[in-house]
Amino acid sequence: MTVASPNSGPKVGLFVTCLVDLMRPSIGFAAIKLLEDAGCQIEVPESQTCCGQPAYNSGDRQNAKDIARLVVDAFEDYDYVVAPSGSCAGMIKEHYPKLFADDLEMTPRVYNLAQKTHELTSFLIDVMNTQDLTAKLEQKITYHDSCAGLRELGVKAQPRQLLAQVEGAELQEYEGAETCCGFGGTFCVKYSDISDHMVKQSVESLAETDAELVLGGDLGCLMNIQGKLSRLQDEGKETNLKATLKVRHVAEVLAGMIDTPPIGEADG
Amino acid sequence: MVEATTTQFKSNVKKALVDKQLQKALAGIKTGFVHNRKIASERLEEFEDLRDRARDIKTHTIQHLDAYLEIYQQNVEASGGHVHWARDETEAREIILAICQSVDAKTVTKGKSMIGEEIAINDYLEENGLEPIETDLGEYIIQLRGEAPSHIIAPASHVSKEQVADAFRETHKNLPAERSLEEPDELLAEARAMLRDKFINADVGITGANFLIAETGSSVIVTNEGNGDLTQTLPGVHIALASIEKVVPTLEDTTTLLRVLARSATGQEMSSYTTFSTGPRRAADLDGPAEYHVVILDNGRTDLLAGDFSEMLRCIRCGACLNHCPVYNSIGGHAYGWVYPGPMGAVLTPGLMGLDEAADLPQASTLCGKCEEVCPVRIPLPSLLRRWRDQVYVRDLGDWQTKWALKWWAVFAKRPALYHFFAGPKMQFLGWWARKKGHLKYIPSLKGWTRNRNFPAPQGKTFQQLWKEKRK
Amino acid sequence: MSVQNNTGADILGKIGAALDKDSDKAARAATAAARIESPPKNLIPNRAQVSPEDQVQLFRDWAEEVSATTDRIEHLDDLPAALAAYLSSQNLPSEIKSSDDPLLGRVDWTRQPTLTRHLGVAIEADQASLAVAFAGIAETGTLVLHAAPENPTTLNFLPETHIVVLPRSRVTGDYETTWNRLRNEIGSEPSSLPRVVNWITGPSRTGDIEQKIQLGIHGPRRLHIIIIDEA
Repeated sequence: MTVASPNSGPKVGLFVTCLVDLMRPSIGFAAIKLLEDAGCQIEVPESQTCCGQPAYNSGDRQNAKDIARLVVDAFEDYDYVVAPSGSCAGMIKEHYPKLFADDLEMTPRVYNLAQKTHELTSFLIDVMNTQDLTAKLEQKITYHDSCAGLRELGVKAQPRQLLAQVEGAELQEYEGAETCCGFGGTFCVKYSDISDHMVKQSVESLAETDAELVLGGDLGCLMNIQGKLSRLQDEGKETNLKATLKVRHVAEVLAGMIDTPPIGEADG
Repeated sequence: MVEATTTQFKSNVKKALVDKQLQKALAGIKTGFVHNRKIASERLEEFEDLRDRARDIKTHTIQHLDAYLEIYQQNVEASGGHVHWARDETEAREIILAICQSVDAKTVTKGKSMIGEEIAINDYLEENGLEPIETDLGEYIIQLRGEAPSHIIAPASHVSKEQVADAFRETHKNLPAERSLEEPDELLAEARAMLRDKFINADVGITGANFLIAETGSSVIVTNEGNGDLTQTLPGVHIALASIEKVVPTLEDTTTLLRVLARSATGQEMSSYTTFSTGPRRAADLDGPAEYHVVILDNGRTDLLAGDFSEMLRCIRCGACLNHCPVYNSIGGHAYGWVYPGPMGAVLTPGLMGLDEAADLPQASTLCGKCEEVCPVRIPLPSLLRRWRDQVYVRDLGDWQTKWALKWWAVFAKRPALYHFFAGPKMQFLGWWARKKGHLKYIPSLKGWTRNRNFPAPQGKTFQQLWKEKRK
Repeated sequence: MSVQNNTGADILGKIGAALDKDSDKAARAATAAARIESPPKNLIPNRAQVSPEDQVQLFRDWAEEVSATTDRIEHLDDLPAALAAYLSSQNLPSEIKSSDDPLLGRVDWTRQPTLTRHLGVAIEADQASLAVAFAGIAETGTLVLHAAPENPTTLNFLPETHIVVLPRSRVTGDYETTWNRLRNEIGSEPSSLPRVVNWITGPSRTGDIEQKIQLGIHGPRRLHIIIIDEA
C-alpha cells in the first residue's frame, strides 16, 4: 500500500454529521483512517453541528439557512468536504443550492461547496481511486443503499467496489436493498406506524439472505434497521431472523475498525 | 357518498396497517406492477430518452396551455363536437346533468375517469334520478361496495375475490344461488354478462380522457378491458371528462406519451385499447354516438399553474409513483382519504382541496425519491412535497411536538459551542444508562421510535470530545 | 350558450394571466400554431427499424406475446378457408359479422360455401367478427383500425372473437408512419381524422380481480390476426 507523504494530499474537511458525532464516533474515526490512508490531510472544524436537513425537510427554511451558513463558513476553504453519510452530503450538494436560490451572495458560495462535497465511499472511489484496502473480514455481508446517497448522489457501485477489496468479505445482495427502510428523519417518529411497517419489510427482506452483517452508509437508516431487528428478537418473533445479524456502518469494516460493538449492542 | 377523510389520515393509517386483505393486495402490487415496469423499461433501449421527451412535451404544452386549449376547442367544434368549460366540480356536474336531461337519459354507462371521481358525478346523477353504471371491472366492483378507488389504475386492488363474489350475490338479482363464483373466471363471466345489458341499453356514455389532442380535436382513452369503447360507441351521446392539463399539441406528441404511459403503469408495451375519438358519428356511419361532448374542468388547476406547483400538471396518471412508493405500499390508497393517493396524490390533493384539508399528506413521506426515479414525465415529486411542507410550516399546520423539537434542535445546531457543551454529557449519560444492552427500550422524547423499535445507544463521548482529547 | 363562453374565457384568462409572467400571448399562439403545422420529429425506437420481412415477424411476436393469435396466408383468395379453419378450431359456428371493406369485396367467398358472412354493425348475438386493419405496427404488435361507413366500430368490441385481416404491405415499424398515412389518405383538413381510430394490442384483458390477468372482460376474448402476403 502506498503511504502519501502527510503534506502532499488534498486538504479534506470532515463533515462528521450530527448523528455520528452524537451516537457513534467510531464511524468518524474510521472515516479519518480511510481518508488518511488514501493520502488526504484531514481537518475537523469544531464549529460544525448539523447540515440543517431536519429543518429543511420540515419547511423551516430560515433555520435551515442559518445552519447551512455555518456549514458553508466552516468548510468552503477545503479542497474537499467528505461526510460519512449520503443524506448529509446530499443536503449540501443538492439542496443548499436550492435553499439559497434567491440569495445572490450565497449562490456562488454554495455552488462552490456543493461541487467539492462528497459522500465517503464515492469520494474514496471516484476522487481518490482507492484500490488497496488492507481490511479483512471473514463474514457474509449485505448492503443497504440509503435513499439520498443512491438517488441524489448515485452512490451504488462505490461501496461495493470498496467492499470487494476487503479480504474474506462475501457480499450477498438482498432484494430490499434499494427500498427505503422508513427512517426518513422526523418521519420515523411522526409517522411511527408507517415507518415501523416499512422497516419490518426491510428486515424481512434481509432475513432472506444468509448475511451475518448488514452494512450501509447512513447511520440513521442503520439505527432504524438495527432497532427493529433488536426489538423483534426481544419479542421472540421472526424466528427466521438469525440472532446473529449485526449492523455496522460500512466505514468501520473498510477501515478494519470493528473492535467496537456493532450498532445497538453492548461490549462482550 | 364517499366522504373525504384526508384530515383523518393517521387513523386511516392505523386501520390500513392491520387490514390483512389490503396488505396481501399491496404485496401483489410490489411483485406485479413494479416487476413488470422494470422489464418493460429495460427492454426498450430508448425508454429513458423517451421520458425526457415526454417531460419536454408536457412542459412545453403547459407553458402554452391557453393557446393549445383554444386550438383544441376550435378543432372539436369543426368536427361537430361540443366543448364545455367548468370552473369547479359544481359546474361540471350541472353541465353533465343538463346533457343527460336533454336526451331524457335514464341510464348512463361510465368508463373509468379520475375526473368523474373528483367531481363525484355518480352520486350527483343518482340524486337526480339517473342510474350511473361503472363499467371498468374494478370501478364496477367498488361501486357495488360503495367505496372509493384505492388506486388510480387498479381501483379495486384491495378487494379479494370472495368479497367480489359477495358483492355480486348481493346486487345481481337474477343470479341463481347455486352458481359457483369461486374462481376469478366465474366472476369474470358473471360481470361480462351483467354489464353487456347495461352497455346496450345505456342512453349516455361517459368516459375520461388520457389526452386531448389540439391538432385534431380528439380525445384519447387508454384501457385494457374495452369497456371505454363500448361506453362511448353504443349510447347516443358520448361525454368525455377531462381537465385543462390533458391537452397535448399533436398526434406525434401523444404517441411519445403513449410510449411511456403503459410501460410505466402496468409494464405493458401498450395497453390493449388506445382509442382516438374525433367528433360524433359521421353522416354515413353505421354506429357511434350522435352527440360528442367534452367537459374541461379547472377545479384549482389554474391556481397550481400560477403557483409553485405547475410541474404537477405534467402528470399523466400512470400510477407508477403509487406502485413504487414504500408508504403507499404500506397503507394503500384509501388512507390518503380522497381521490388521488400516493406521491402524486400527496402533491395534488392539497392543491385541489386546500392544504388545511390535507396537511398530513405531504408530510407522510420519507422523501426517498423512488417516485421521481420512476415518473415517466420526471415530476420532481420530493421537491414538490417539500414545497408543501414549507407552507405547512409557515401556516403552522403541522403537529406542535415536532415543531418544538425541531426549534430546540435548531437553537443548538446554530450555536456550536452550546451544542458541544450539552451534547457531550448527555450522550455520555445515555451511553452509560444503556451500557448493559447497548440499546434503550423506551425514551420519553422518542416514543414514536421506541414504541416499536429499540433505540441503539450512543457509544458515550461524542466524536468532537474524543477528537479534542486525541489532539491534545 | 353565452354563459359557457364566459366560463371558457374566464378559465383561459386565468391560464393566460399565469403564463403572462414568462411569455406573451401572441407569441404563445404563434409557437403553438407552428408546432401543429410541422410537428417536431419524434424519437422512434430502433426496435422496429428493420427490414419489411423482419417487421412482419416482429409484429407477430409482439402480438402473440399479448395473447393474440396470428396466421399468415399467401393470397386473398385463401382467406375464406383460413377463416373457416380458425372458426372450427375454436368450435365456433361458421358464421361471421363482417366489415364491408373493399378489400373483402374482392374475395371470392363462394370458395367456402359453408361460411356465412353478414355485413353491418355487430350486435350482442354475434359470436365472431371480421375487420380489416388499416395498419399493423411492428413496434408493439398493435393493429390500427378506423371507423368508416363500411367499418363499424362495434365489430371491434362486441363479439367474443375478433378476426382481423392485415395485408402484409400495411405492416410498418412505428406509429408515426401510420399517422402520416392517415393524414394523407383519409383527408387533409386540419381536424379530419376518422371519427374513431383504434389501436388494438391483444384481446380485452383485466387484472381487476386479485391482479390476475384474465382475457375477454368486455371486449373480445380472442383476437386472431390473418396476415395476407398478396392482397
